[in-house]
Amino acid sequence: MTIDIVQQEIVEDFSGFEDWMDKYAYLIELGNELAPIDPKYKVESNLIRGCQSRVWLHQEFNEGKIIFEAESDALIVKGLVALLLKIYSNHTPQEILASEPKFIDEIGLRQHLSPTRSNGLLAMVKQMKLYALAYEKISTKNN
Amino acid sequence: MIPDSSKIRKDFPILDQKVNGKPLIYFDNAATSQRPLQVIERVNEFSLRINGNIHRATHSMANRTTEAFESSREIVRNYLNAPEAAEVIFTHGTTESINLVAFSFGEAFISVGDEVIVSEMEHHANIVPWQMMCERKGAILKVIPFTDGGELCIDQLDSLITDKTKILAVAHVSNTLGTINPVAEIIAKAHLKNVPVLIDGAQAAPHFKIDVQALDCDFYAFSGHKLYGPTGIGVLYGKREWLDKMPPFLGGGEMIDRVTFAKTTYNEIPYKFEAGTPHYVGAIGLGAAIEYVYNNDNLMLTQHEHDLLNEATIRLKQIDGLRIYGEAPLKTGVICFNIEGIHPFDLGTLLDQMGIAVRTGRLCADPVMDHYGVENMVRASFAFYNTAEEIESLYIALIRLKAMF
Repeated sequence: MTIDIVQQEIVEDFSGFEDWMDKYAYLIELGNELAPIDPKYKVESNLIRGCQSRVWLHQEFNEGKIIFEAESDALIVKGLVALLLKIYSNHTPQEILASEPKFIDEIGLRQHLSPTRSNGLLAMVKQMKLYALAYEKISTKNN
Repeated sequence: MIPDSSKIRKDFPILDQKVNGKPLIYFDNAATSQRPLQVIERVNEFSLRINGNIHRATHSMANRTTEAFESSREIVRNYLNAPEAAEVIFTHGTTESINLVAFSFGEAFISVGDEVIVSEMEHHANIVPWQMMCERKGAILKVIPFTDGGELCIDQLDSLITDKTKILAVAHVSNTLGTINPVAEIIAKAHLKNVPVLIDGAQAAPHFKIDVQALDCDFYAFSGHKLYGPTGIGVLYGKREWLDKMPPFLGGGEMIDRVTFAKTTYNEIPYKFEAGTPHYVGAIGLGAAIEYVYNNDNLMLTQHEHDLLNEATIRLKQIDGLRIYGEAPLKTGVICFNIEGIHPFDLGTLLDQMGIAVRTGRLCADPVMDHYGVENMVRASFAFYNTAEEIESLYIALIRLKAMF
């Protein structure tokens, strides 16, 4: 499935919620369901520090695709992390670099990805793109 | 007696609005408080009619600006009960005031091996400037600890203060624990060993009148924007005997007496410490804010804030798994708390959806987070324009949100 299709699906999932509370309850549910990151990856070097909450991001490169694992100590952030993983994990560097997380805007949660929010999410997206850029360079070099 | 809150709230039109579709409940007053019309109007009137750079020209506009600026200095002097207006220096805020003392006092009086004392409950603004100075001078920073209840262990002061101690800096009121520290007692103990004391009054000035002569503090710092005044303006009070001996902090216009390339001599206090064009519009707004707060029946307002604190403490404690950090007998209207199993960021985000503004995070007080072994806290802080109904709304909101987790 392409990144854009996954994003569309998420937007559709959220379009059913009329109340803000349902929307956040769903994010909390997604956060609770997200498999915890392997403790050995929950280390300082994988930590994206926000003033408000912390995000840990680990990646592996396998058969041309980047597999991301991530977690946050705040549940709403973890729910959003789950959505970002759904979108970006298991894709090629080129696909990741070509796609923006525009679903956030469409589901009315843009404030969580704004530079003024120090929850680590925006930094997580940037970090995923940086990994994609690095792996893109490696794979073009190898070809 | 309960103040007529609808009357007070008319002075704060900003409170009458909806946030995320809900009536705004503003509980982040310890970060910054809202400005009354009286401050906004004084600043507007000034901006519309009067503007000239102070102390520098013969024309009427400059003279009227200077007069307004200096009369604000007099309002601050009176508010602090400082002996003379020259001991009142306008700064950008508490942070600059403390940096000024850390730098200039450090240059004059601190050398290798000397000691500086702060407390474990300080805001970063009353830690980092001292650390920077200690690094520069090869001095040592020592710390007064606090108890889990949120009170300073002042019984340790006698052993903490040594012959090497050159200055002690402590908060009048903690920005996280809300504790009103026994600063008069601390100052008396320090003075017995000839150690001067700086009081960080950022969280005290909004709540009660300060008397620097009764306290006998050597320096007192506070900010305008937490005291219902504008941002970007603050105050440093210092005893003349110290200020006269301290070198300037910033160099530039206004702070000089005579400049030649061979040697520059400096102006008298307070101008020696007010380089460049000061934020006189802010100073005028601060004067209006002090007049507003302290011309009102201040005792009644303080009592009201105290009632709000008591009510909130009782209500929040009824919530299962909620822990309050800091329960000293003498507190201002500040409550830091966590609810077991709920991250403060999540609580803050959801409360915002309900129109309730609280602060979450590390609250510029990493050592306090470390003391309790937590990463973050939620802080609700009250002002006299808050109401008992708003406290009840917070309680109901927390109960509702808790069920979501």
